[in-house]
Amino acid sequence: MDLGLDVEERDGYAVLSVRGEVDVYTAPRFRERLIELVSEGKHRIIVDLEGVDFLDSTGLGVLVGGLKRLRSHDGDLLLVCTQSRILKVFEITGLTKVFSIHDSVDAAVGGGSGGAPGQ
Amino acid sequence: MTVPGEPAEVIELEIPARAEFVALARLVVSALASSDSNLADERIDDLKLAVSEACTNAIEAHDAAGSEERVLVRCKAGEDALEVCVEDRGHGFDPGQLPNHPPVTDPDRLKFERGLGIPLIRALVDEVEFSPTDHGTSVRLVMRHPGNGTAAS
Repeated sequence: MDLGLDVEERDGYAVLSVRGEVDVYTAPRFRERLIELVSEGKHRIIVDLEGVDFLDSTGLGVLVGGLKRLRSHDGDLLLVCTQSRILKVFEITGLTKVFSIHDSVDAAVGGGSGGAPGQ
Repeated sequence: MTVPGEPAEVIELEIPARAEFVALARLVVSALASSDSNLADERIDDLKLAVSEACTNAIEAHDAAGSEERVLVRCKAGEDALEVCVEDRGHGFDPGQLPNHPPVTDPDRLKFERGLGIPLIRALVDEVEFSPTDHGTSVRLVMRHPGNGTAAS
């Protein structure tokens, strides 16, 4: 099962675009990539979930871990997601209150973490 | 898919207790659920996610127990509902004994990357039952057909 993890720079953010299915099998690669980025000094990260077909609690765990890691570096982790079936997973677990979720990478770059989570 | 009065069809799948096989369990269950014209696409997605969570827990139970046995996924396509049982042969666990994590809005919640699977399962399916078996734990997930006591979504 392929998991696409592409990184590009956008206005001071590292944009990590995830494609495919994020589950217990693929989540470790996702986690490693995020940790790599942080250790490369990239402390402002946007994770673009638009290409994700499936995300379960192991994927949520990676994102929660990433957010924690970045906050400890005074950084930030923003999400891009408009797919209702993926958003639903965040809603059920209450994580929409924890993450700043945007409609596009442009909106995330423009809004930063100013869009207070939970609103 | 089912004929009134006929016994429910049972389909069993045994997967090696390894992470790469969870996707296969999802695929089989969602294909079966798709052939059940009574379940809307959104409900099939919900079941697929619940099955993924249950299989992930089963595989972790096998890992913890050092068990080489397989995880059993049993689907029962009935007249009123689609049921999926995920049975592990690990040591089992008691869902009532899971640690209480802080609420997600509490900054301390970020210390916990796990513990989201069971709440997800409970929210996604119409009925869930965790029961001990001789060998481990059985998790029974039920998706009722509309008009059989489920809030249509």
